Amino acid sequence: MFKRTTLLAMALALVAVSCSSNDAADATTLPTQATTTSAPASTTTEAMESRFPVTIEAGNGAVTVEARPERIVSISPTSTEVLFAIGAGDQVVAVDSLSNYPPEAPITEMSAWTPSIEAIAEYDPDLVFISFDPGDLIAGLEALSIPVILHGTALSLEDAYTQWEQTGIATGHTSEALDVVSDTQSRLVDAVESIANDAQGLTYYYELEDVLYTATSASFIGQVIAPTGLSNIADEAPDPDGFGYPQLSQEFIVESDPTLILLADTICCGQSSETVAARPGWGSMTAVTNGGVVELNDDIASRWSPRVVELLDAIVEALSSLVAVDG
Amino acid sequence: MNAGRPSGLRLPWWWIAGATLLLLVTVIAGAMIGPASISPWGIISSTLSRIPFLNVESSLDTRADDIVWQIRMPRVVLGVLVGSMLSVAGSAYQGVFRNPLADPYLLGAGAGAGLGATLAIAYGPDASGWFIDPLPLAAFIGAIVGVALAYVLGYTVRSGRTAVTLILAGVAVAAFLTALQTFLQQRESDTLREVYGWILGSLTTAGWSEVRLVLPYVVGCSVVLVAFRRLLDVMSVGDSEASTLGLHPSRIRLLLIGFATLGTAAVVAVSGLIGFVGIIVPHTVRLMTSASYRVIVPLSLLIGGSFLVLADIVARTVQSPTEIPIGVVTALVGAPFFAVVLRRSKGIVS
Repeated sequence: MFKRTTLLAMALALVAVSCSSNDAADATTLPTQATTTSAPASTTTEAMESRFPVTIEAGNGAVTVEARPERIVSISPTSTEVLFAIGAGDQVVAVDSLSNYPPEAPITEMSAWTPSIEAIAEYDPDLVFISFDPGDLIAGLEALSIPVILHGTALSLEDAYTQWEQTGIATGHTSEALDVVSDTQSRLVDAVESIANDAQGLTYYYELEDVLYTATSASFIGQVIAPTGLSNIADEAPDPDGFGYPQLSQEFIVESDPTLILLADTICCGQSSETVAARPGWGSMTAVTNGGVVELNDDIASRWSPRVVELLDAIVEALSSLVAVDG
Repeated sequence: MNAGRPSGLRLPWWWIAGATLLLLVTVIAGAMIGPASISPWGIISSTLSRIPFLNVESSLDTRADDIVWQIRMPRVVLGVLVGSMLSVAGSAYQGVFRNPLADPYLLGAGAGAGLGATLAIAYGPDASGWFIDPLPLAAFIGAIVGVALAYVLGYTVRSGRTAVTLILAGVAVAAFLTALQTFLQQRESDTLREVYGWILGSLTTAGWSEVRLVLPYVVGCSVVLVAFRRLLDVMSVGDSEASTLGLHPSRIRLLLIGFATLGTAAVVAVSGLIGFVGIIVPHTVRLMTSASYRVIVPLSLLIGGSFLVLADIVARTVQSPTEIPIGVVTALVGAPFFAVVLRRSKGIVS
């Protein structure tokens, strides 16, 4: 679908780009979507992968990796998944306690919420991936001359792709990272195409927690679902913080009567189609009586890793069986 | 204190009537207003259709009927129960401890419930198929254990069993339990959001099962505290004065604290830690009416229920269909209102 040469050129551009601000949002401004028609590639994959040092523009500003990292520590479950997906798993020495995928990841007791600089430093890492800095983590690691890449919560698919590509560049797996991106793009497109226009006019409610926190179309997951044509019932909610995660009123959800109820709280909060059906007032909802309650894997749903495809596949599958029943 | 003000001792019937009317109006408003657009007539007809022998046909379809009766009504009723209980318990704590800053969480009920809830969320078994939800049970037990610890600690202090030593014991226990809860919450960081959601307090997913769960406690404890409101007047004068009247101050304290705690633990178990109600309502009643607990306790019961139902209406309509945490509303709306009452008061509180 996408030309390898084009992607390589984009990746080179990525390496070269350096912005003045170190705002996390900068990552979104990078040119990542391989939509241009063609560009000359002057280097081979081999030549490029061995080219260190590299500098990438991460959430914490320009980060230079001097040599191919061999002792990577990831205290971000998403980064862990990405590292393994792009073939950098062998270079990872330790991951945080929530990095439960893939199973071969070297999981430790390290906390992603309250990371300890000493605990990280003990693994003698040559590169550290984090998804947020709770305090002085970045400053502390930099003081120890350990390069840190901050890849914060992706606000869009483009954001996620940028991060995956940067992860590839920083670890010497650029071409694999580009493959993962293009593969993800095409699988998302395939999933959407498989349901054609069946979802037009249908609605969904996406549940993050059993106290009815949801995600709007502005959220990362909302953007993943949007191409299906499903509309999100939460979109009419005012969203003062702008991140797309409001808490809805129960009676509003029941009244909206969405076609699909997508549960991204099956692990955290033990929700299932049975618990939803048992909620007071929910029993008569269309999704409950029609089998439109979809149990998703919260872990995938809360990350922005290549496994996002599985999430969309599950939604599409539920949708197709619903449409098949109706038809 | 101005316990000697003769006019403030008796509870005039029109105050009770006014407060009851206010409660009725807020409950009806709570039933009528909500994010789902259901016509007032629909709600009225649906209500009348449930009264036998009237033969009124409900004009609502099944779903609208479910919204009103399975979602909105239990929420309003639970709001009344939680608001009333916290307010009555708050007034009892203030009287027992002769301390205007006392609230139902003073002796560690809040911290204990928080720890219990965190334990249940972090280490509780998967209870999806269980008959009872372990979370409210753990919060309830936590609240009782917290206060019991504080009481035992305060009771065994060598210098004497006064209200002050009990408060200090409560402060120590609450700090300890909160620290333990924070530690667990950080250790089991994947439970962080659920724990925070619980601590902020809400009536969001209240159903009739929660109402049934707390109703006996709220009714029982409120009846006892209202019945013993005279004892609160005696206690608020001082331990030695109470002794001269032939009463046992520490026994009475245990009795009143016990019932206030039992009720608080029950409502906290289903609604989380809703702050500010237990302080603001009794004080507002005190400033607007009388300093006598014979007036404060029953009026707090009625007005506390109205206050929380009103706060909940705000919580679910201001940003409809999004919810605002109810604790935010009670403080945001309650604090300025309380400031106005405080400025206008004529120094009834000494």
